Formats: sequence, C-alpha cells, structure tokens
Amino acid sequence: MSLCDLSLAEVRDGLRRRDFTSVDITTACLDAIAELNPKLNAFVTVTGERALEQAAAADRRLAADEVAPLLGVPLAIKDLFCTAGVRTTAGSKILGPFVPPYESTVTANLLRDGAVFLGKANLDEFAMGSSNMTSAYGAVVNPWTRRGDNAQLVPGGSSGGSAAAVAARLAPGATATDTGGSIRQPASFCGIAGIKPTYGRCSRWGIVAFASSLDQAGPMGRTVRDCAIMLASMAGHDPKDSTSAEVPVPDFEAACERGVRGLRIGVPREYRSDAMAPEIEAMWQQGLTWLREQGATLVDVSLPHTKYALATYYIVAPAEASSNLARYDGVRFGLRREGADLQELYENTRAAGFGDEVRRRVLIGTYVLSAGYYDAYYLRAQKLRALILRDFTEAFTKVDALVTPTAPTAAFAMGEKMDDPVTMYLNDIFTVPANMAGIPGLSVPAGLDVSGLPLGLQVLGKPFDEETVFAVGGAIERSANFSTLPSLRAGALS
Amino acid sequence: MSFTLEGRTGPWEIVVGLEVHAQVISKAKLFSGAATAFGAEPNSQVSFVDAAFPGMLPVINRECVAQAVRTGLGLAAEINLESRFDRKNYFYADLPAGYQISQYQMPIVGQGSVEIVLEDCSVRHIGVTRLHLEQDAGKSFHDRDPALSYIDLNRAGVALMEIVSEPDIRSPEEAGAYLRKLRSILRYLGTCDGNMDEGSMRADVNVSVRKAGESFRTRCEVKNVNSIRFVMHAIEAEARRQIEVWEDGGQVEQETRLYDPSRGITRSMRSKEDAHDYRYFPDPDLLPLVLDPAWVERLKSDLPELPDAKRSRFMRDYGIPAYDAGVLTVDQAVADYFEIVAKGRDARLASNWVTGNLFAAMNETGKSIDDAPVPATHLGQLLDLIADGTINGRIAKDVFEAMVESGEAPEAIVEARGLRQLTDTRAIDTAIAQVLDANADKVAEYKSGKEKLFGFFVGQAMKATGGKANPAAVNEALKRALS
Repeated sequence: MSLCDLSLAEVRDGLRRRDFTSVDITTACLDAIAELNPKLNAFVTVTGERALEQAAAADRRLAADEVAPLLGVPLAIKDLFCTAGVRTTAGSKILGPFVPPYESTVTANLLRDGAVFLGKANLDEFAMGSSNMTSAYGAVVNPWTRRGDNAQLVPGGSSGGSAAAVAARLAPGATATDTGGSIRQPASFCGIAGIKPTYGRCSRWGIVAFASSLDQAGPMGRTVRDCAIMLASMAGHDPKDSTSAEVPVPDFEAACERGVRGLRIGVPREYRSDAMAPEIEAMWQQGLTWLREQGATLVDVSLPHTKYALATYYIVAPAEASSNLARYDGVRFGLRREGADLQELYENTRAAGFGDEVRRRVLIGTYVLSAGYYDAYYLRAQKLRALILRDFTEAFTKVDALVTPTAPTAAFAMGEKMDDPVTMYLNDIFTVPANMAGIPGLSVPAGLDVSGLPLGLQVLGKPFDEETVFAVGGAIERSANFSTLPSLRAGALS
Repeated sequence: MSFTLEGRTGPWEIVVGLEVHAQVISKAKLFSGAATAFGAEPNSQVSFVDAAFPGMLPVINRECVAQAVRTGLGLAAEINLESRFDRKNYFYADLPAGYQISQYQMPIVGQGSVEIVLEDCSVRHIGVTRLHLEQDAGKSFHDRDPALSYIDLNRAGVALMEIVSEPDIRSPEEAGAYLRKLRSILRYLGTCDGNMDEGSMRADVNVSVRKAGESFRTRCEVKNVNSIRFVMHAIEAEARRQIEVWEDGGQVEQETRLYDPSRGITRSMRSKEDAHDYRYFPDPDLLPLVLDPAWVERLKSDLPELPDAKRSRFMRDYGIPAYDAGVLTVDQAVADYFEIVAKGRDARLASNWVTGNLFAAMNETGKSIDDAPVPATHLGQLLDLIADGTINGRIAKDVFEAMVESGEAPEAIVEARGLRQLTDTRAIDTAIAQVLDANADKVAEYKSGKEKLFGFFVGQAMKATGGKANPAAVNEALKRALS
C-alpha cells in the first residue's frame, strides 16, 4: 500500500497524526505523476518544485500544531483555474504562454486552507467536450481499460485530466468544473466521485469562462467524503462574482454519514430510454434498491421537459461561449498572429489558436444570437430553461433528491463517437439538466459493466442542499463498496 | 413660429432626436475598481477586469447606479426598479472583452422630460425616452505610427449614461437649448461634469426632414459630436444634405454619418447594410439590477433643487424677470452666488450686478464662478454701501473694478481712496457756485427757458466733486441755486 492509495480524508488525518509528512505524500504523488503521466497525459503542467515548497511550508505549520482543513494535502488543479505565476492554458493554444498574475478565488480558498498544488490538469479545450479529446495538449488516457482489450479509452470530459489523475492515484483529489456534466461524466467514466455544486456555491472569479450561466467549480475525489471535504474549502460567497451566493457553507463532511432513512428519493421516468444500455438500467435499479434497503422511500416523478434539455443546452452554452471567447483576440495577452490589419490579426490569431470543437461552438453561438435568429433559438431556449427549472422545483416539492444514471454509457474508446459531434453531445443527456436548473449533482461510482468499466450514479438535489446529496451519495457508496482499482493502477501495483 | 429650412420645393421641417452619452461622476469604473481621472498616463487606470483577462468578472458599482437613479429623478423620469445588463458584441481593438456591457431591453430609467426655454422665452418640453447605464470603450490612436495603432484602456469600463430623447426637437436652437439644459441638470445633480471638450459628454444626433404635416422620413445618425455648437451646425448641415437628396428625387438612406467641423458637412461612416449585428443577450455574469424602493426614495429626498424649480423660486421670491432668473439658474454656483448677494438686499439690483458687472469681470479675467473675481460677500457689501448712501452707483462701478483688481473688500477701498459720498451741503454748494460762476452764459440761457441745461449743470457739479456727491443732493442744491 502506497501513500498514493490513501483517500484525501486519510491523507488529511494521517498528516495531522504525523504518520507521514506533506513532503512524503507530495513526493509520492510527484513520483506517481513522473511514472504514469507520460501514459495518461493527465497533467499539462507539473509544478513539482513549487509543490514541494508548499509541502515543506505545510509541514512546518503542521509541526507547530496548526490546524487548517487541507493543510499539506496535495491536489491537482484543472487547468481552467487561473493560478498566480503558473501557466494556465484552458486546454487551448490561444492562451499561448499566458501566466495569470492572479489566483482564482476557488484555488485561493484551497491555498488558504493549506492545500499543496501538484500541477495543472488536462481538459477539453475551454472545457468544451465530453472526451478530453479536444485538448490542444493531447488526449488524456483513461486509466481503466476493458477486460481483455487494450484499446485506450477516454476519461470523459471536460475534466478528463482531473478524473484520470484522481483515478490513477496521482493525486488524492482534484478541482474540476462542470458546465454540462464535465465533473460528473468523467467521474463516472473513471470510477471516482465528483460533485457539481449548486450554481453560485463556488466563485467563478478567476476560472476561464466557458458558459457563465452554467459553469460551476467542484471537486473530484475517490470518495464522497473526499469531495465533501474539498467542497467545504472551495465554496463560499465571493463579492468579486456577482452570481456567487451569499449562503453559509455547512459541514458537508458530516452530511455524508447522515444516511437516507426517511428520505424520499425521486426516480424521474423521463430518464428511462430504450437507448440506454441494459446494464446501466440494471445499475440504476440496483442503486435504488440499496437506498430503499437503507430506509429511503422511492417515488416516481416526472420531469416532462427533460427531452428538451440537451437541445436547449447546446444553444445556451455556445451562445455564451461565443461571447466569452471574443476576448481571445491576440491584442492583449496570449497567442498573437500578426496580420495586415486588425481584421486579419483577429482571423489569423483565432484560426491558429482555436481547435475544431471551440470553433464549432463559437459559430453555433454566434448564429443563435444573430438578428433574426435570436427569438427562434436563444429566446426559446431561455424559456425552455425556465420550464426545466420548474420541472425540478415541482419534483422537489415531493422528494428530497433524485437518483439517475450519470451517463448513458461507460467510457468509450478514443476515436469512437468522434465523427459526429451530436453523438458525442448525447453523452451529456443526464447531466445537462442540472446545469440548466443550477441544482447540485453528484456522481458516485456504483459498479462495473460487463467489460469491467466503472459506472456512476447521479444524485441531484435541491438548490444549496448539497448536504442531502452527500447523504444519498454516501449511502450509495456504502452499499456499492466500490473498491476495484483501475486497470493501469492495478497493473502497476501487481 | 416653427423653424423650417427653405428648399427648392418650399419649406422643410427638421426632426431631431439626441442620444447623449454622459460620463458618470464616480471615482471608480462601472464594473471595476479602477480609477477614472481624466488625463492620466495611458493605460495607468486599467484593472484586469477592464482589460478582460481570462476569468475576470464584472461587479456593478453601487455609486454609478445611484448616479443614474439621481439623473433619472432629475429628468422627472420613471425609475425601473428592475433593470438588466446585456452584452453588445462586436470586435474592436479598444473593446477588450469583445463586448460592451450595456442595458438594451430593460434600462434603469424610463420616460422623462426636459423643459427648454427658447430665445423668445417660449417653453417646450422635450421627451426623454430612456436612460441606461453602459461601459465606455478604450481609445484608439491610429495616427502615431504608419503601421500600428495605439490603444489606451483608461476609458475602458468607465460608466456612461446614455440619455435618449424622443424625436421632439425641431430646430438647431432647440437642440442647443436641450443640451444646455440637460448639461445644467446633470451638473446640478453632480452626476456628470458635462465637459464636452474632455469627452465626458458627447452626442449622437438623429436627423430627418419632412414637409409640414408628414409623418417621419428616413433618419440618419450623426455620431459622436463633441460640442453644442457642432451639434447645432451638424443638424443644419445634415438637414440641408437630406433636403437636397429628396429634392433631387433621391432617397435618404438610413446610415451612420460623421460631422466634419472643418468643412461644415457630414459624411457617410457606414451604411445600414454594413451595420453591426450586435447579438445582444443578457450578460450572464450579472444578476438583474433590483433597486430597493426605499433607497430610491432616499436618493429622491436628497436631490438638490433643480434649475426649473430654482428659476420659479427666484421669480417668485426675488421678483426678478424670467429671463434673469433663467440666466442665474443655468449654473448652480451662479445661483448660489446670486442668493448670497441678494439675501436681505435689493434682489433686482443684485441680479443686475451679477449678470452685468460680475459676468463681464468673469469674461475679462477668464475666471469661473467657483473662483469668482469678486467674492459674493464682497459684492453684497458693495450693494450695502450703495443702499446706505456711503457711495453712489457710479462710484460703485469704480469700487467694483478696484475690487476685481485688488481682491480687497469694498469698504477698505472706499476708505483708502476717499470715495465716500459727499453729503456735506456746504461742499456741494461750493462746487455748484464754482460751476455756475464758470458758466455764466449757460446760466443765462437756462434762466431764459433752456431748461435742458439742468442736466449739464448736474454733470459739471458731479465732476467738480470727483463724482462723490450724492446726485439727489446735487439736484436739490442746484434747483435752489438756480431759482
């Protein structure tokens, strides 16, 4: 058993007990990164020296009996968070060698609480993707493979680097962001936990924006508790983000142990589809059975506008993205490709800097906001969004939480689903509604499919009721007792 | 009598609506904490938010919102308790985010009105359609290098109020009166300094022409005119151009034009076809702006007295004519000055001194009312010296000049120069006797019936006393001496 195999909670507690030092665990992580990152490509940037300095500083504070929630705990940071003095790429070439002179609020909160940063985790370009194949810094490899098949699988996206790093035991936890499922789907694909909290729970200040009304930061960890511990540090009101909520941060960790006795768990009938793999359906039923066995009541609910969520999402998100990405113009920072005039400077810079998926979404977004199309697309999408939210609001008058599959499939192979972007977009079908409604969603590993790949269940909760989400997630986790190691790690250790 | 321009086919009316961009007086920008001082080193007042660095977010500046509400209240306009910010998307090098945050569909201020008084003292009300808050862009300099443009982002993100008028304006004079009145209100409120030469107030002018009784014809927008005089010239130039187009059988095309003050003409900037598609949509980084009605009420109760109310009060309380009251209330500092002078004194006399001698002295010395060539208290004292007979009106003018020159109080000047009015009848009698002796021929003429010569004797007697004699006393003594 290596230090890398410890959960984040175990690392935290072990450090406090002085079982090992932060330099020990940080070194173990850096060694694992050195060994496995060449295969996984989970990190775009590794900040080893800096991490060891932070670890040494944490050890001094630990030695002085200082207590901070994450003192000495090493983490991976999705490369969408601006980190002062450390290159930030957003998975894109357009940011060039950009080094932010400021620290995002979420990462600043983590540093405040004593965390050590190992480096910047790979991601789909500007967080646009469900496979991590759109990164300008190369695809990330899922540490899991199908039984008896060496085909490289995608880790999901957009937080593919964060998910792969945590699953492969390169870091006990990672920050991530979720605009349409970018935390939950890769968590499901990589057999780990991840929560997208309520919109407004974490500050967006200093996170490279994709779709401002949907983007939300959240943690990824190997356990529900690890996510709860990290979220408590990441969350909190920030006056620098007008959409950040002025609500207290409760004891999420304690909520993981609450149990589900007496809770009413909703099962949305619209999430059932013929297209869903039978084993996903079976896993869902299994999860619901576990909850019932632990004292929850299952309730059939209807979310009638679910079928519009994906289409709505693929109007709203690109619309906002087309505007948010206008600032990457080669004028003030990042990549610049000169041209004969300003127009050419824009064209050359953006053509060289943006990959296909980003261009596709900028084009879609520009189109749906154009004069004459705005009412038909953007305005209707906003109306549907309100209806999707109303579906959830009504459901939550009857139930405390909803449980669904996280994704319609297990991890797919690289190259699969690549020819048709719409097929790729369908992977977000269960995760997108939570972003449209701004509600919290957790993915928790629940079991394996026939080929030995992990599958996740998703717990959706009321706005700012992450505690119930953690309670339900904790209950599923206990029943599932998910302990299988990813193939890569199992191989490495055997 | 309505204003028209004469074309080959007869008279044409002009129809004008103004969009005024007024820079909000505020220490910080609309969505960032960066400073807004005029004339700072280029790019020295730019935050990461203003420069649209990755991950930066706007946060509304409460003071700018208060200023917009005050302005709305000052324009007797509806205050929208819920408004919204939208993004206006276009690419330009001095627009860092690639969009301007503005209020497109739900402005903070709705319909209001501005009362204007014209030369002939007639009064008109110009409707205000709306007022909204928006960010300014940076500034591009294309003339400093043959190949490069220089960008200064100090202005980027500075709060502007766009005040849109109804197309109610019918002449260049009305446009000028509207702008002057608007500027006066903004300055009273302390929400915009109105300095057009520093660019803190600029106007886009929408102009069309029509024959009497017609509905509106196609309009053109003349962008970014930066003085009231140029606005008035631009309106006439653009109206004349449109009249010529129509009279030549052509069609005025809706387009954006620029006014060239050196040539006195407008020229095309971009046609309707080239107009940007701004792809407005609600800014997802900002929540709807919701105002507390009690807060708005507080701002309302704290508003200063505005020009119209002040003008009425001056007419009522001081009994001065409408024209004078109008002149005295254009600028709040002038009005305050006048009130100090007029308080407890002859208000008409005070008004004459302020609008006459004081304004003349300001013109001559180039000083403003804030740095008045004579303090209001001194001018009041001067009026007191006239009222109590210490000096006469003619001497008072000399004393005033000395006050402008020396900065001393009038009393000191009167004493030091011995300008005290002569009321000693003996001295006056002596002076009169000298005058009559020296002009025996005129005395004879007078006595034979040429009574007009009385004024001549008064003048000579005043001269003989160095102007210091009390004119009434001179009159009386002369009558006695000549009878």
